[in-house]
Amino acid sequence: MTIASPVNLAPAERAVQLIGGDLTEKSLRLHLEGLSGVDAVGLEARAAALSTRSIKTTSKAWALDKIISLIDLTTLEGADTPGKVRSLVAKAMTPDPSDMSTPRVAAVCVYGDMVPCAVESLGAAHSEDGIHIASVATAFPSGRASIQVKVADVRDAVRAGADEIDMVIDRGAFLSGRYGVVFDQIVAVKEACRRDDGTYAHLKVILETGELNTYDNVRRASWLAILAGGDFIKTSTGKVSPAATLPVTLLMLQVVADWYRLTGEKIGVKPAGGIRSSKDAIRYLVTVAETAGEEWLQPHLFRFGASSLLNDVLLQRQKITTGHYSGPDYVTID
Amino acid sequence: MTRLAVPKTYKLYVGGKFPRSESGRTYEVFSAKGAFLANAAKASRKDARDAVVAARAAVSGWAGATGYNRGQVLYRIAELLEGRRAQFVDEITAAEGVSAAVANRQVDAAIDVWVWYAGWADKYVQVAGNGNPVSGPYFNISTPEATGVVAIVAPQDSSLLGFASVVAPALVSGNTVVVLASEKLPLSAISLSEVLATSDVPGGVVNVLTGVTDEVIPWLASHADVNALDLAGAGLLDWVGLQMTAADTLKRVLPPEDGVPAPSVERVTFFTETKTVWHTKALI
Amino acid sequence: MSFLEYAPAPESQSILHLQKSYGLFIDGEFVKGHGTPFSSISPANEEKIAEISTANAKDVDVAVAAARRAYERTWSKLSGADRGKYLFRIARLVQERARELAVAESLDNGKPIKESRDVDVPLVAAWFFYYAGWADKLDYAGLGPNPHALGVAAQVIPWNFPLLMLSWKIAPALAAGNTVVLKPAETTSLTALLFAEILQQAELPAGVVNIVTGAGETGSLLVNHPDVNKVAFTGSTAVGRAIAKSTAGTGKKITLELGGKAANIVFDDAPIDQAIEGIVNGIFFNQGHVCCAGSRLLVQENIQDEVVDRLKQRLSTLRLGDPLDKNTDIGAINSREQLDRIRLLSDLGEQEGAERWTSDCAIPEKGFWFAPTIFTNVSTSHRIARDEIFGPVLSVLSFRTPAEAIAKANNTPYGLSAGIWSDKGSKILAVADKLRAGVVWANTFNKFDPASPFGGYKESGYGREGGRHGLVAYLQSAGWSSTAGRAASTSESIETKPTRKSVKKEATK
Repeated sequence: MTIASPVNLAPAERAVQLIGGDLTEKSLRLHLEGLSGVDAVGLEARAAALSTRSIKTTSKAWALDKIISLIDLTTLEGADTPGKVRSLVAKAMTPDPSDMSTPRVAAVCVYGDMVPCAVESLGAAHSEDGIHIASVATAFPSGRASIQVKVADVRDAVRAGADEIDMVIDRGAFLSGRYGVVFDQIVAVKEACRRDDGTYAHLKVILETGELNTYDNVRRASWLAILAGGDFIKTSTGKVSPAATLPVTLLMLQVVADWYRLTGEKIGVKPAGGIRSSKDAIRYLVTVAETAGEEWLQPHLFRFGASSLLNDVLLQRQKITTGHYSGPDYVTID
Repeated sequence: MTRLAVPKTYKLYVGGKFPRSESGRTYEVFSAKGAFLANAAKASRKDARDAVVAARAAVSGWAGATGYNRGQVLYRIAELLEGRRAQFVDEITAAEGVSAAVANRQVDAAIDVWVWYAGWADKYVQVAGNGNPVSGPYFNISTPEATGVVAIVAPQDSSLLGFASVVAPALVSGNTVVVLASEKLPLSAISLSEVLATSDVPGGVVNVLTGVTDEVIPWLASHADVNALDLAGAGLLDWVGLQMTAADTLKRVLPPEDGVPAPSVERVTFFTETKTVWHTKALI
Repeated sequence: MSFLEYAPAPESQSILHLQKSYGLFIDGEFVKGHGTPFSSISPANEEKIAEISTANAKDVDVAVAAARRAYERTWSKLSGADRGKYLFRIARLVQERARELAVAESLDNGKPIKESRDVDVPLVAAWFFYYAGWADKLDYAGLGPNPHALGVAAQVIPWNFPLLMLSWKIAPALAAGNTVVLKPAETTSLTALLFAEILQQAELPAGVVNIVTGAGETGSLLVNHPDVNKVAFTGSTAVGRAIAKSTAGTGKKITLELGGKAANIVFDDAPIDQAIEGIVNGIFFNQGHVCCAGSRLLVQENIQDEVVDRLKQRLSTLRLGDPLDKNTDIGAINSREQLDRIRLLSDLGEQEGAERWTSDCAIPEKGFWFAPTIFTNVSTSHRIARDEIFGPVLSVLSFRTPAEAIAKANNTPYGLSAGIWSDKGSKILAVADKLRAGVVWANTFNKFDPASPFGGYKESGYGREGGRHGLVAYLQSAGWSSTAGRAASTSESIETKPTRKSVKKEATK
């Protein structure tokens, strides 16, 4: 695509530092296209190799608790009700009523209109060190709305008490090569995350990797999202198949590791959708620890977007505690 | 009154040029009936060394040419040989003591050998190579390519056909050669070199030494920059000893044959190395 | 606690039922050897695993005679289809006993269980499965109709992939109709002897495969035995050279898979994360005990620092330790002798001025271990850039242009393998064309497959193993029925003496 005249982009701090002050559509494109390519076979082989780690006994017990503490317990259905959200919050605070030593999850993740309900249900548990509220926004999951609507969506959720905003990128714009549009929107959304006191809600940028077609695109989109100010890069909405996969997550972890090497700044990663078993989730922990590093295994740098995963982890946890296999009747259904 | 003939000086053929032996030595070549024919150059180990240097320098160009190109160059040799038939018939008649008819048939056969091998240059890879169905997302192909520099002892009892039957197959894949011509029938090899020099064969691709085989060949067998050894005409020498010498640098060695080796694609592929290339395959 | 210090996850040894001592496997039976027996130890803890017989000259005679008898009376009379069925049986039995074989291999060799389990043993089964199907299709091997077996094959294999190398040797030999006497490496005889039990379960006719154990002397007796027709050897270039010498003039058909000093070439347009993995896999797979290991990293100068940084970071996540632990990445060095060699060459590297970096990992007290090591500031003239170290030691050199990379890659008497990393297809193919190496991996490394020929140029040996080429190494042509080409020089008009059969053919008959 040729660009007739330089289209100036919003001067996001990271992008300006890395690419230079004359930030244009063209300079952004050249930057993204200069990124190293990805060999799919090698990437998938590495992910498969990481999957063969055998996590046993004490490491497994630690991993199960760690997984719970990294979960964004999620409900994102058109049929959601305040009752459903209250039930979700209860589960988030007390995942396993039979074992109060069970850690709490990192956050609950809901649609914007459910944020007030979540705030109310969480009460005192809703704090910086406690359980966060994440809200999807920006015409989730398709992202098909004007930037004004998207920004309003975000402001609304932040004002209602959301600590974290999970936005979607405009995949149509990205895939047709209009990186500047995607970039400017992320910058605008980031600005909309700003609270009256000057602090910001954390911004997770959903790439919807299942629609990006190539690993090279995943790398570019990840890099773009970080340049524009994202605090987290997130794989998927959960509404598109495939959602999170281990190779895609590995690639995004490689990007944040590269970013850290380059700038000293740590960006978070959130695989979402399709991670249902403890075994799967442990593979992700291994991948995080061996790629970005163990320090990424903290809620402000790594999350699982999941709903049914929690119950499987609880079953595994009960097995370790009691020494025998548990059953689905011994964990609660939301 | 008969005209006084102008005899030819037979020299070596190295790097596309016709030098005398650096040693200054020659040896007398006689006809089958014992008449003096010429003084052939008696190559020394240093001539062999120079020939290997020339051959090595020519490898990348010759092996790097397309098979189609090499095929045409080899075919061109046949064309030129046809045009010089009379000269070779005379030489063979004198040197081997055969009738003109028999000598003619030897020239026919030599020409046909060049034509036959010329056709292989853009085909042997297809016959000796393979696409390999590996179990994984990989493109995988095996292709033969030239070994490099081949030192050859030409058959001893055939002036032209013997020489062509060992040199042509080695050239097909892109090897360059250092050939020790038949010790007692060396003249046609040098005359053929004159054909090569005026054909499209790049200098250094074929290097021809005449002289005492047993004196020179050990230096080629032990030379670390020679990749393979064709002992076709070395049956009466200590060829096992030569093969043992060649083992020091793990040369590929073809043992002696009696008479003239029949044309065969195995003679082509023997002087090749199979390279297998893997590459990942993915849509994403 | 650190999550990365994964709790121990050892593979259970209860699946193994080892005997205290093992004899030779000759003519379908285990028999006592007449040489002095030796102990096979685990390189991870130096504990004795079993006592192994040594075959002396008499034993080798008996084994070769058994193979000859089996060749003449049984195996050469069997149809290709039936030979194939035996090989299929063997493939299935290997799959059934895969875990047991993997545990035995890691115990005896020191390689990580994840490699013996996921690479070695599955490939062993695949190798037998692949060649099984060839046994009744030899007419299509490219040698013309009715190619025939050579006879008795003498096979000597190394310690780095004990069972896998056995399969590379035995599967094509049997498919082509030969019988076999095989000698495993002295330090790793165990899985070959378990394999002999598999042959008994498969009811392979007695004498078709014979296994003689012992040191180099036994191997020498075997390859130089006058009644063997084929010699296949994988091991050091020095021994390969000696074999080429001692078999000169015998007409034995020889396949030699020898040493290597592979260049792994990384261009600045490489898929960088995969290239790093490929470098790691290239030299630290199997502790670097790989003849085709990518021991020379040639990296384009403008990304050299970045590549080395990333490499060091990646290496610090490698886990060295108990080979039977499922999370071990780097196992034990196979023997004290090999460890001494790796140490010697590494020390030389330092003395010659190269800069040494060694991964900071805990080394177990007992056993033979060497932490992953990288040398930078290496010159092409340094010993560590020329000699095969056969250990987890990588030498880093830089280049500026593709031509320089090719020249440096080829600047070695070896020519076994090479790697190329770039996102640019035309460059990869052009570089691959120029590399003097038998296997070139582009954007991958250390991949093996029974359908893929493997073997070297120059002093890395000759002959190919794997694929159709690997089969041809065990066959001789019965001659083409078509004489289209021969007409050129064999028409009756040519007065050449009747052509004696080549010396080679006479000797093999």
